[in-house]
Amino acid sequence: MSNFPWLTVAGVVPLVGAIAIGLTPGQSAPGGPADRRARDLLVKRIALVFSVITLAITVAMAVQFKIGGPRFQFTQTYQWIPQFGVHYAVGVDGIALVLILMTTVLMPVVVLASWNDAEGAGNPVGSAPPRRSIKTYFILMLVLETMMIGVFAATDVFLFYVFFEAMLIPMYFMIGSYGVGQRQYAAVKFLLYSLLGGLLMLVAVIALYVYSTSGGRPGTFLFLPLTHLVLSATVQKWLFLGFFVAFAIKAPLWPFHTWLPDAATAAQPGAAVVLVGVLDKVGTFGMIRYCLDLFPSAAHYFTPLIIALSVIGVLYGAIVAIGQADLKRLVAYTSVSHMGLITLGIFAMTSQGQVGATLYMVNHGFATGALFLIAGFMISRRRSAQIADYGGVQKVAPVLAGLFLIAGLAGLALPGLSTFVSEFLVLVGTFTRYEAAAILATAGIILAAIYILWMYQRTMTGPVKPEVASMPDLKARELWAVGPLIALIIVLGVYPKPIIDVINPAVRATLVDAHSANPVPPHPVNNRFVVTGLSSATSSSTQNGSNP
Amino acid sequence: MTAYVGAIAPVIPTPHIEYGLLSPMLLVFGAAVAGVLVEAFAPRALRRSFHLALTLGGLAGAFVLTIAVAVDSSVFGGGAAGRIAAEGAVGVDRPTLFIQGTILVLAFVSVLLIAESSHEVSAFAAQAAAVPGSAEEREGLVAGISHTEVYPLTLFAVGGMLLFPASNDLLTMFVALEVLSLPLYLLCGLARRRRLLSQEAAMKYFLLGAFSSAFFLFGVAMLYGFSGSVNLAAIAAAASGNTGNAVLLYAGIALLGVGLLFKIGAVPFQAWKPDVYQGAPTPVTALMASCTLVAAFGALLRVFYVAFGQLTWDWRPAMWAVAIVTMLGGSIIAITQTDVKRLLAYSSIAQAGYILTGVIAATTAGLSSSLFYLAAYGFATIGAFAVVTLVRNPAGEADHLSSWAGLGRRSPLVAGVFALFLIAFAGIPLTSGFIGKFAVFQAAIGGGAVPLVVVGAISSAILAFPYVRVIVLMFFSDPPADGPVVVRPSVFTTSAVAIGALATLVLGIVPEPLLRLAHDAATQLFVR
Repeated sequence: MSNFPWLTVAGVVPLVGAIAIGLTPGQSAPGGPADRRARDLLVKRIALVFSVITLAITVAMAVQFKIGGPRFQFTQTYQWIPQFGVHYAVGVDGIALVLILMTTVLMPVVVLASWNDAEGAGNPVGSAPPRRSIKTYFILMLVLETMMIGVFAATDVFLFYVFFEAMLIPMYFMIGSYGVGQRQYAAVKFLLYSLLGGLLMLVAVIALYVYSTSGGRPGTFLFLPLTHLVLSATVQKWLFLGFFVAFAIKAPLWPFHTWLPDAATAAQPGAAVVLVGVLDKVGTFGMIRYCLDLFPSAAHYFTPLIIALSVIGVLYGAIVAIGQADLKRLVAYTSVSHMGLITLGIFAMTSQGQVGATLYMVNHGFATGALFLIAGFMISRRRSAQIADYGGVQKVAPVLAGLFLIAGLAGLALPGLSTFVSEFLVLVGTFTRYEAAAILATAGIILAAIYILWMYQRTMTGPVKPEVASMPDLKARELWAVGPLIALIIVLGVYPKPIIDVINPAVRATLVDAHSANPVPPHPVNNRFVVTGLSSATSSSTQNGSNP
Repeated sequence: MTAYVGAIAPVIPTPHIEYGLLSPMLLVFGAAVAGVLVEAFAPRALRRSFHLALTLGGLAGAFVLTIAVAVDSSVFGGGAAGRIAAEGAVGVDRPTLFIQGTILVLAFVSVLLIAESSHEVSAFAAQAAAVPGSAEEREGLVAGISHTEVYPLTLFAVGGMLLFPASNDLLTMFVALEVLSLPLYLLCGLARRRRLLSQEAAMKYFLLGAFSSAFFLFGVAMLYGFSGSVNLAAIAAAASGNTGNAVLLYAGIALLGVGLLFKIGAVPFQAWKPDVYQGAPTPVTALMASCTLVAAFGALLRVFYVAFGQLTWDWRPAMWAVAIVTMLGGSIIAITQTDVKRLLAYSSIAQAGYILTGVIAATTAGLSSSLFYLAAYGFATIGAFAVVTLVRNPAGEADHLSSWAGLGRRSPLVAGVFALFLIAFAGIPLTSGFIGKFAVFQAAIGGGAVPLVVVGAISSAILAFPYVRVIVLMFFSDPPADGPVVVRPSVFTTSAVAIGALATLVLGIVPEPLLRLAHDAATQLFVR
C-alpha cells in the first residue's frame, strides 16, 4: 500500500462528490415541495457521505505516516506543464499532514452544521436572501475541500499557487451568494484583497522559477530543489515580500486583516468556519513552508518587523473584539488576535515556537470552528447576531450554553483545553528570543479572558430575555456536528503528544532550512547533514552525510 | 542590383509564385470571390445556405491547408526556419502558420455567431443603404431581408488577416492592412438594431483607421528612405550595418509602431476600441476582438522581431511605456464602464498590454507566450461576446450592465459560462487566462522586465474589480422585474459558446499540447 496515491485520492473524492451532486435533479425538476425537500436531502447526504469518506481516507493515510521517515511522504510527481517545469507533485510533511487532517475533520462537521444554512432558514431577520440553490452550495463546499487538500499537499510551488488562487472562487460565491447582511461588499472585498496579494505572489513565483534557471539548469517549481537555490540577499528580500504579503493577507496579519471580519460576518456559520478555520491557515502554512524554507536570510531580515506586526495583531484583535456587538464579528476579531500569536510563534524561529504555532493552527481550527458553529446555532434560533439580543440562554438551552462555554474557554486557552498547550509553546518559544514580544502577547491572553467571558456573560447569563425564552436546545444533528470538535479540544488538551510528534521533524527541517544561510542560533545542528539525512529516509545516522 | 540585372536582360521575368505555400490565403480569397458571385446569382432563399457552406468550408479548408504546409518537409527541411515565398513578399514560417491557424479557427467560430438567425432574421441590417428610421428600412425589416454580403466581407477580412502577419515586406503588409480593414469598416456599420450607434462606430473606426494607415505608410516611406528597401530583412540588415540616416530609422519605427499599435488598441491609440466594440454588431465585435487582435499582434511581432530585432534596446523603452499605460489605462477605465461591450473593450485593451509584456521580451519565450496568450484569449473573448448576443430585451441586446442583474438566478448556465470567461480574463488559475498570463509574465521576467510585470500584476488586480462587479450583479443581486431574457440559442451560437468555454477550461488545465505547439513554432523565430 505504500505506493497508493493517498493524497490524490483524498483530493479527488470530494470532487467526485461534487460531480455526483451536480448530477442530481435540479430545482427546475418537476414535483411539489415534498419532492424538492427529498432532493435537497439527497444532496446533503451525498455531501456528508463524501466528506466522511475523505476523512476516513486521510485518517488511514495519517496512521501510515512514518515519524522520522523522509520529510515528504506519500509523494507523487508527474510532469504537468514541462515547458514551465511544472509538476503535479504532492506529498506531506508533518505540518501539512495535520492541517489536511484538520480540514477533513472540519468538513463533515461543517456540512452537518450547515444543513439548513443554504436555505437561509436561520438568517437574521431582514437580511435573508431569497432561496438559493442547495446543490450549488454543497458543490462549492466539496470543490473547496478538494482545493484545500491540494493546497496543503502540493510540493510544487506552481501547483500550490494554482490551488491558492483557485480556492478564492468557491469561497467568493459562498459568501456572496449565500451570506447575510453586506454579503456582496464582503465577498468583493475578500476576493480583491486576496487577488492583489496573490498576483504579487505570482510575480515572485515566476521570478523564483526564472532564478532557478540561472546557470543553464532546467527551471523547476519543485519545492525541494528550490530550497537549495542560492539567491542574493536583495533578490531574497523582494521574493520574500512577494510571498509574505500574500500570506499575510490570507492569514490575516495586522494590518492586512480588514477583510476578515466583514467576510466572516457576512458568511454563513459553516462557510465562516471554512474561511477562518482552514483558509486562514493556508496563509500561516505558506509562511512556514515557503517563506522560511525558500528565503531564509530574508526571513531573518524581516523577523523584527513581523514580530512587531504580530504583537500588534494580538493586542489589536483582542481589544477590538471586546468592543464588538455582533457575535460573528467578535469571533472573527479573536481570530485576528490568535493568528497574530501563530505568526509570532513561526517567526520566533525556535522549535517550541514553531511546533506551538503549527499545533495552534490545528487547535484554532477546531476551537474557532466550534465557537462559530455554536454561535451560528444560536443565531439561527434567535435570528439575530447581536449580542444585545440575547440573555439568559443557559437557562433555556443548557447544552448549547455549556458547549459554547467550552469552545469559548478554548478560545482563551484555558489549561486542560487544546489551545493552552499551543499557546504556551508559542509564548515559551517566543520568550527565549523576544522577551518583550512574549510579555506583550501574554497580555493578549488576559484580554481574551475579557472578550470571551464578557460575551458569555451577556448572552448566556442574566435574566432570560422574552425572545430567547422559547429557544430550543441543541438538536441531535447539531450535537453530532459540534460534539466531535469539543471532544477533540479536550483530548488534544490532555494528550497532544501524537500531533506534536508528527509536527516535530517537519519543524526541525524547516528550522534547518531557515538557518542554512545564517547558522548561528538557536539550535547548533550541522545544517547540511540534517537536510540530506531527512530527505534520505535515514533519520538518525546523519553524521556521515554521504549523500550529495 | 535588381536594376543591373534588368539592364542586361530586358525581359520581365514571370514572378515565381509558390502556390502550395500560399494555398491557405488563396483559398480564403477564392472563397470570398465566389461569395460575391453567390450574392449576385444565387436566389435569395438559398443565399444564406450557400454562403454558410462556402464560408465555413473555405475556412476549414484553409485550416487543413495550413496544417499541410506546416508539416511540409520541403519548407522546414534541414532545420530551416521557413521559406520566403512570392518573390519575397510573403514569409512562410512556423510562427506565421501558428498565427494563421489560430485566426482561421477563431474566424470559424466567429462565423458561427455571424450565422445565428434564430433571435431575429440576423444581427445585420436589412439594407445598409436605407437611412435609419426611413420607410425603406421598415420595408426591409418587414420583408425579413438580411444582408448576406457579410459572409464574403468576412472572408475578405480574414484573408487580409492571414496575409498581414505573413507579409515579409512593408508594402504587402500595408495592402494586407487595408484588405483586412476595409471590410471591417463596412461590417461595423451593419447592425440591425441601434443603427445610428453602429454607423457612428463605423465612421469612427474608418476615420481613425485611415489616420493610422497614413501613419503606417509614412513609416514605410521613412524606412525606405533609410534602407532603400521595404523588405523586412533588408531593413534589418541596414539597421545593423549602421548605414543611413538614423533619424529616418527611428522616425520610421515610431510611425510604423503607431500604425500597428492602433490596430492592437494599445493606449494611447485605443480611443476607437470602446466605441467600435459597442456599436458594431456583436458577432463582428467578436471577430475583431479575436481575429484582428491576433493578426495585428502577428504583424507587430514580425516587424519588431525581424526588421527591428537588432534594435531591441532602442524600441524597448518606448514599448515599456506603451505597455504600462495600456495595462493601467485599460484596467482603470474598465472600472467605470456600465455597458458590457465597452467593458469587454477596455478589458481587451488591458489584455493587449499583457501580451505586449511578452512581445517586449524579444526572445523565443516572448514569442511563444504571446502566441499562446493570443489563442487562449481569442477563444475566451469570442465566447464572452457570444453570451452577450444571448441576453436580450425587446430592443435587441441588453448591453447595459444594470439589466444583467440577477441573471445567475434566471439562467444559471449562461451566467455561469460568462462568469467563467470573466474569471479567465482575470487570470484565475485553472483557466486559460492564467496560463497565458503566467507565460507572458514569465517571458517578461526572463527578459529582465520585473517592474513591468509588477505593474501587470497590479493592473490585473485592478481589472479584477470590474469583472467581479459583473459577477456580483449576475449572481448576488436580485433580478429586476422587467429584466432581459436569455434567448434559447440555436446550434450556431451554442457551439460558439461551447467551443469558447471548453477551450478556456482545457487550456487552463492541460495547456501542455498548445504550449508545446507554440513553443515549437517560436524556437526559430521568424524567417528572414
